[in-house]
Amino acid sequence: MFEKMRVKTKVIDSGKSGLDTQTLEVNVGPQHPSTHGVFRMTIVLDGEVVKSLRPVMGYLHRNHEQIAENITYSASMPYTDRLDYFNSMSNNQAWAMTVEQLAEVEIPDRAEYIRVIMSELTRLVNHVSVIGFLLNDMGAFFTPTLFAFREREKVLDVFEAVSGSRMMCNYLRFGGVNRDLTDDQLGQIKKIVADFPAFLDEFETLLAQNEIVCMRCQNVGVLPAELAINASITGPMLRASGVNYDIRKVDQYSVYDRFEFKIPLGEKGDVYDRYYVRMLEMRESLKILNQALEQIEPGPFMAPKVPACLKNPRNFKPPVGEAYGRVEAPKGELGFYVVSDGSKEPWRYHVRAPSFINLTVLEAMCIGYKLADAIVILGSIDIVLGEVDR
Amino acid sequence: MFFGLGILRGMNITLMNFIRSYTRKRGSGEIGALTTVQYPEERLPEKEKFRNFPFLIYDDKPEDLRCVACDICAQDCPPRCIYIVKETDEAGKPMKKPAVFDIDFTVCMNCGICEEVCPFDAIFMDHEFEIADSDRHDKLLYHRDDLLKTNEHFHKIRPNDGREVDTRLAEAKEAKAKKDEARKKAAEAKAAAKAKAEAEKATEAKEDKPPETEKESDPQ
Ligand code: SF4
Ligand code: SF4
Repeated sequence: MFEKMRVKTKVIDSGKSGLDTQTLEVNVGPQHPSTHGVFRMTIVLDGEVVKSLRPVMGYLHRNHEQIAENITYSASMPYTDRLDYFNSMSNNQAWAMTVEQLAEVEIPDRAEYIRVIMSELTRLVNHVSVIGFLLNDMGAFFTPTLFAFREREKVLDVFEAVSGSRMMCNYLRFGGVNRDLTDDQLGQIKKIVADFPAFLDEFETLLAQNEIVCMRCQNVGVLPAELAINASITGPMLRASGVNYDIRKVDQYSVYDRFEFKIPLGEKGDVYDRYYVRMLEMRESLKILNQALEQIEPGPFMAPKVPACLKNPRNFKPPVGEAYGRVEAPKGELGFYVVSDGSKEPWRYHVRAPSFINLTVLEAMCIGYKLADAIVILGSIDIVLGEVDR
Repeated sequence: MFFGLGILRGMNITLMNFIRSYTRKRGSGEIGALTTVQYPEERLPEKEKFRNFPFLIYDDKPEDLRCVACDICAQDCPPRCIYIVKETDEAGKPMKKPAVFDIDFTVCMNCGICEEVCPFDAIFMDHEFEIADSDRHDKLLYHRDDLLKTNEHFHKIRPNDGREVDTRLAEAKEAKAKKDEARKKAAEAKAAAKAKAEAEKATEAKEDKPPETEKESDPQ
């Protein structure tokens, strides 16, 4: 099915028009709606064809890392929500895992399941939104986005009921989660998971075979596997280029080793693959969710026997050392690197932000394509400026 | 397959959803049903755990608020937007009461950490969200008296949490009363024993000493 849907298109080749052209420098952004936030690209154009592209970042710099080095470990949790504000649950998980690694805390099973359920729901939310925005960039103005947001709203309702906030969840704690999931909430999640495939089918039919979308996406912004690996691209973008690398499988962190799921891979690494891999990933997420909802059992949601240093999170002083915790966030590998000198505040705190690193290949993907394609290629990377600039 | 079939299929979905938005009940959760409401006139039901900005709770009179100005929340607030000054009595001795308790709502990040760390159940997250104002310096800097709300209000917005907190407080009070009594008895017994041996002065000094307040650890 995947193969059949391809429509043959020509790669645009500049310089064959025979006309005398002159290069032109164009600034896109930082307030351009298609740059997904305050991100600027300085593009040198030859006619309509991109000759070079320089990304300019930093408009949303909030000093995140420096702030985290001046506050306690637990106070950083709500700040991580604001990195990639679509996926606060995954961000929380990465940060909690890092500190738990540092303090050597065992997490109870139920808490692990809740974390997995939350981060997979986050993945659904992220992928439906990013696909909506990608189609938006192609000119399907907000119909797909709002279609996606309608489903997203149901998940956000659950997040709000569970954590108190729709997007800035601040839900995870070192050693577990903030509060337990009630049976009501589990039922609500089950209903979402049961209804989601029907929505996904519609969402896929809406545009996956649309001839215009195929022409705009296929063979555009190709990212070869070698370049993807060399540039440490992660997440759906890497897998769209055909590299089988998913931290859920590689690290088997949390309880991911207990679920059966596949890693969808693309073939060419073009925009269409990146779009379609996300579609398939959502179906795998639903599989994980179904299994997790079946396997989850009552129990403590916070580690009962936490080490002395964690008894009182306010005065939490981890042992001297360093830790790097990473998760497969919806956008790629999200990692936190933290060095402790034994005091209340981290000595060094660094975020490996997937959006930022995935953005580094933007120029390589855009050269030779038209300006309008550059917008689509940017949309297919799936960036959130809160995470890129930090 | 002909060129344009995909487009037509997609449009069919759009049309179906357009029709469903009329035929399916809003908010029913069915596929295609609308999820939005017409905000100022209609409102979604509030979730109990929803958190927005903190408020200070008092039981009967606004003067005896639960907060003892221990400064824990101010130190733990991630953006440090709480400012507390202890009240002092005539002699200049600090009292267990805040004279100044300011929260800058323009800075507050609605994280709920203050509620979590407060060992005295004195600060809770409110559901109030319509606080927009044109003056960010005066109007959005909330002082102690603006932040005060009754326990009834807390019960109204968060009935389950309200009950839980009340039970916890009642239990703590009982335990404290028992402890106090035991301590008093022990002191009396001790004093009586001492009184037998010594003069009565020592006894008075012991009884004047006020009972120490409980210092609970973090509720987490
Ligand atoms: S932690 Fe509680 S008691 Fe202490 S100052 Fe804050 S609100 Fe008052
Ligand atoms: S909610 Fe968070 S940011 Fe706001 S006052 Fe409480 S601790 Fe500070």
